[in-house]
Amino acid sequence: MRIDKDLVAASATPLVLAILAGGESYGYAILKRVRELSGGELEWTDGMLYPLLHRLSRLGYVTTEWRSPAEGRRRRYYVITDDGRSALAEQQRQWATVARTLGDVWRGSGWMPIALGEG
Amino acid sequence: MDNVEAQIAEWRTFVEKAPAVDGRDVDELEAHLRDQITELGAAGLSDDEAFLVAVKRMGDLDSLSREFAREHRGRLWKQLVLSGEDGPARPAGALIEALVFATLAAVAVQVIRLASENPAGAPGWVVRNLSLFVLPFLAAYFVRRRGIDSRKAWLTAVPFVVAAVVANVYPFGAGSGTELLVGVHLPVALAFAVAYPYMSGTLRSHERRMDFVRFIGEWVIYYALIALGGGVLMGLTLFILEPIRPGLGAAVLEWVMPSGAAGAVIVAAWLVESKQQVVENMAPVLTMLFTPLFAVMLTVAAVTYAVSGAADDFDRELLGVFDALMVVVLGLVLYSMSAREPGRAAGLMDYAQLAAVVSALVLDVLVLASMVARIGDLGFTPNRTVALGLNLVLLVNLAGSAWLSVKFVRGQAAFSRVERWQTSYLPVLALWPVAVVVFLPPLFGFA
Repeated sequence: MRIDKDLVAASATPLVLAILAGGESYGYAILKRVRELSGGELEWTDGMLYPLLHRLSRLGYVTTEWRSPAEGRRRRYYVITDDGRSALAEQQRQWATVARTLGDVWRGSGWMPIALGEG
Repeated sequence: MDNVEAQIAEWRTFVEKAPAVDGRDVDELEAHLRDQITELGAAGLSDDEAFLVAVKRMGDLDSLSREFAREHRGRLWKQLVLSGEDGPARPAGALIEALVFATLAAVAVQVIRLASENPAGAPGWVVRNLSLFVLPFLAAYFVRRRGIDSRKAWLTAVPFVVAAVVANVYPFGAGSGTELLVGVHLPVALAFAVAYPYMSGTLRSHERRMDFVRFIGEWVIYYALIALGGGVLMGLTLFILEPIRPGLGAAVLEWVMPSGAAGAVIVAAWLVESKQQVVENMAPVLTMLFTPLFAVMLTVAAVTYAVSGAADDFDRELLGVFDALMVVVLGLVLYSMSAREPGRAAGLMDYAQLAAVVSALVLDVLVLASMVARIGDLGFTPNRTVALGLNLVLLVNLAGSAWLSVKFVRGQAAFSRVERWQTSYLPVLALWPVAVVVFLPPLFGFA
């Protein structure tokens, strides 16, 4: 199944914020985590993650820092802020509403099994 | 492995050419690429294969560069790749286009000059309408340049038509004060009307609003430079022509100066659009030079006023001076904001700017307080009403700005909040001159 481009774009911000809420991370590791979580179904173009991270940083949702660990290469780490956490909470509320609404309407009209069957 | 190193270096140079991607970003992307290559190598791919897959996953450079451009408009501002929706700016023919509109404005100004010359001096209708002979051409230039559809092009014309009707239907008395105020405020109102085609009609976008703020700031610099050069040219012309026949130089100037001033409005806009790099280097320098100077001047003034109580016996014209001061301080705030890399932490400049804004606020409150206390014996005249109104509009803006700046330097808010406040306030700044033009004259009986 290929997930629609717009849907991928819309889910990117809450996904990244949620991953960072679980602990600081850097670009490559975030992408790996997204692949793991979605079982490889959520296909991101790698490069696109960075403009998104920079936007979150500009909005004050994350702070960044360059770090060179003893072993391994120099990377830019991203840490979620309090603003970022409240933005994530807000996103969660919105997505929960969307998911609930879709679930209701699909169950109500009997489309749910078909939709699931096709998946 | 050397082969891969060479390939990575080559890829890096290629990415670095993208206008909105800066050196640190390339470092970050390179670290990502290397992580990916290492992992693919561990999975059994050869170096070459791993490099190819990693680059492919990174995405094609065009869309990547566009994505960076969308986020880092400030950087990109240099090249203005985003002039249309997604397509690249139209490079060729842009100068010709600008010159055509500049010439039209220059001719329009000559027409108004010749038409008004019969009665003595510049009659009131010229003062009222002057901006209507120049700024529509600037708006038209942006309609052309942005390739705006015809519906939006018509919408662009609406404010200009309304302005023309209002400015000419009102029955102003001879030597009317409100007429002069309309003449001063109409250009400002119409400049905001130019924002519509400039932003391709996307008035709600805060990023585009910030672009417009940048545009205004840099336009002012370019216009000042052109005016300076033009002044030298005019002065020399005068000296060279005068010996040939007395009065010849002055006659030539009478023709050249108004047209030059009008045409320069559009030429300066074209320069901002296409020769961005020049100002780009100048803006941070100017900000760094003048922010501390203004901070010192304003702090000293605020302390002196507060201690000596000089604000008590202030001249009734002083409010106008303080309006000008507040406009300059606001300009400085907006200007340094647009020249700033948004992600950077608070620095010395932010403190200097905060000091300037707070001092300006203190000064202004002192003056306002004594103005309000004496409003009874002064009474409301058109001039005083406008000065007081403008003062309040700017006071609210700077107070909000100062409040958010304090939060920013204390690390309690992101810089984008300060930026957001200013871009959200722009409609208020735009509506004030409109209100002056539309409501003030009838309020004071066109006196």
